[in-house]
Amino acid sequence: MTASTSTSALPASDRPAGTPILEARGLTKHFRIRSPRERGKNRFRATVYACEDVNLVLETGRVAAVVGESGSGKTTLARMLAQLYKPTSGQILLDGKPVKGRKLHEYRRKVQIVFQDPFASLNPVHSVRYHLSRPLRIHHRARGKAEVNAAIDALLSRVKLEPPRNFTDKLPHELSGGQRQRVAIARSLAAGPTVLLADEPVSMLDVSIRLGVLNLLGELRDVEGLAILYVTHDIASARYFADTMTVMYAGRVVESGPSLEVTDHPAHPYTQLLLDAAPDPERAAPQVIEARGSAPSLIAPPSGCRFHPRCPHAMPICSEQQPQQESVGEGHIAACWLHSAEVQARN
Amino acid sequence: MLEISDLCVDYGRGDAAVHAVIDTTLTLHRGEVVGLAGESGSGKSTLAYGATRLLRQPGVITGGHVVFRPDADRPDQAIDILDAAPTDLRSLRWRDVALVFQSAMNSLNPVLSVQAQLMDTLAAHLPHTSKAERLERAADLLKLVGINPDRLSSFPHELSGGMKQRVMIAMALALDPQVVIMDEPTTALDVVTQRQILQQIIELRDRLGFSVLFITHDLSLLLEMADTIAIMYAGRIVETAPAHQLFRAPRHPYSAALLNSFPSLHGERKVMTGIPGSPPDMRGLPLGCAFQPRCRYALPRCATEVPVLTEPAVRSKSHREVACWLHDEAGELPAELGLPEPDIQRPRLVASAPMSAVPMTAGPMPAGPEPSGGSR
Repeated sequence: MTASTSTSALPASDRPAGTPILEARGLTKHFRIRSPRERGKNRFRATVYACEDVNLVLETGRVAAVVGESGSGKTTLARMLAQLYKPTSGQILLDGKPVKGRKLHEYRRKVQIVFQDPFASLNPVHSVRYHLSRPLRIHHRARGKAEVNAAIDALLSRVKLEPPRNFTDKLPHELSGGQRQRVAIARSLAAGPTVLLADEPVSMLDVSIRLGVLNLLGELRDVEGLAILYVTHDIASARYFADTMTVMYAGRVVESGPSLEVTDHPAHPYTQLLLDAAPDPERAAPQVIEARGSAPSLIAPPSGCRFHPRCPHAMPICSEQQPQQESVGEGHIAACWLHSAEVQARN
Repeated sequence: MLEISDLCVDYGRGDAAVHAVIDTTLTLHRGEVVGLAGESGSGKSTLAYGATRLLRQPGVITGGHVVFRPDADRPDQAIDILDAAPTDLRSLRWRDVALVFQSAMNSLNPVLSVQAQLMDTLAAHLPHTSKAERLERAADLLKLVGINPDRLSSFPHELSGGMKQRVMIAMALALDPQVVIMDEPTTALDVVTQRQILQQIIELRDRLGFSVLFITHDLSLLLEMADTIAIMYAGRIVETAPAHQLFRAPRHPYSAALLNSFPSLHGERKVMTGIPGSPPDMRGLPLGCAFQPRCRYALPRCATEVPVLTEPAVRSKSHREVACWLHDEAGELPAELGLPEPDIQRPRLVASAPMSAVPMTAGPMPAGPEPSGGSR
């Protein structure tokens, strides 16, 4: 038997029904860096609060999007989930169980990441065959030359690089951006993952081929039941492609919910700002952006709600206390004082 | 104002030459924003560099004219940039035609302060001014783009990505140019910053009255801000039309497919297809229409004959052109390409007055280096 072409051939997991395949609980990452001002003993005192207390759930056959600007902590989150960064605190549960020690190899097989830049993530001196055969062998998905070759052909067909024979011996520079990203996706699939973490998988690609790659990921979700994390700054593509959406700002989750619900009825002022700023030819009225300024420094993030210095609706309490996550609809959560029952009662 | 006609640019010479821009014609009127959209490698940046004679080796201009008319009533003042003497060219660039390059991060000199870089430009082009006058002008320029003049002494690494781009725009406007060519000025920026910069550009255009040639791959952005849009594919312009008409009634299959590549923020979620195939390899273009291998309506004729830019089959109220054989054959136009045209509307991106009233300083943000661009 050659390497399986679908995830259904994987050993059935013993996870109880209803448990998400991958769950992040209170995931936090602080980077210790050299302070730009201090010297000597104190120079490592600065901390970048990159990601704070993020909860996220990935389910089989669903795409969860994480949307945010640069510096919002979305890539840090993806990298923690890929176990490339060790979280400062918080838990990652795979099939409902925490990952420890020797389970890490198994984790890496089941959770694979696709990086943003297919021009940088493929080794320019190695062929497509090499890139795909490495994970196949490392994760014991195929043995022997014939088996590996058959598995490579199957992988290339899965990412719609057909006929596979035309691609196996190509070097990265002989491929277009879209083809490279497909090879990068095939490489992730080679390990036989159940979860795919896609960190801005289309932002480096030409507009006309972005949808092709997104539709391919959508097919992997629908046909093979992969759980996909889609990290992006493009809220329109997240609306198009994702089932659920988490909006991050300055390292914190500000809003999450079903993606249509979030984009059609945004509950957090930051989500509104993102939607207003996105190019949209169908917009009826001229757009006036109320919030101004730019994302804050994460070394000294604003007190209370991190969005309050830019928020057009900021109240005194916003700069004093971190807002709690309030439910504003079914499965729709916003971290904003405007939705707090306590504040509403007072007004 | 600026008339580019039949411009051809090659990379390399002889048989090995790659034709990056082929027979391109584009007109920029006074005070107009013309958008040039295309995929990477479609020749849109090459067109801009070719038109200002800033091409580097092995780029060669092999034909065409670029005529700059500083004054509509005085045709004798028109200059053909491609024939201009080096001294004329030197004074024309920046004073009349200024450029804003793609990545502000790389265009500013990292070891010179903003002040030094602005003053350098002013000193080179206005040698008769005093240092105090130049300093005042530099401060005014920063104010113009909404940056507090106390940032003059800052170095590029102390500014955020958006501020660096604003400085670049200020530098381009230093000599009151009549034409500003912007090559992907907002590509590396966040959406919110991008929108602020675009509003700023429109506001400055309204105030100072220059024309803008805005080059980008993001068509949805152009639809909101440009008056006229030209779509480029494989070195040729395949369609030009007023922005709103292009959006509602595209005539070229590539324009229609490109419009269908941007997911909407409203309404039902429907499956979109993008464009099959890959962008063309400029080293080996197909014989006929370059888009033919990816085109769903391709005719036999498309594989052998290159279509010319002409008026579309459906008569238009405004000036628009399309290069597609489908418009040559009577009565066989696919429904998608024959939609009725809407009335002309002005672009809906408006200048935001409060922007310049509130200078972008560190302001309410806590002090400390801002994360500038890139989520690395």
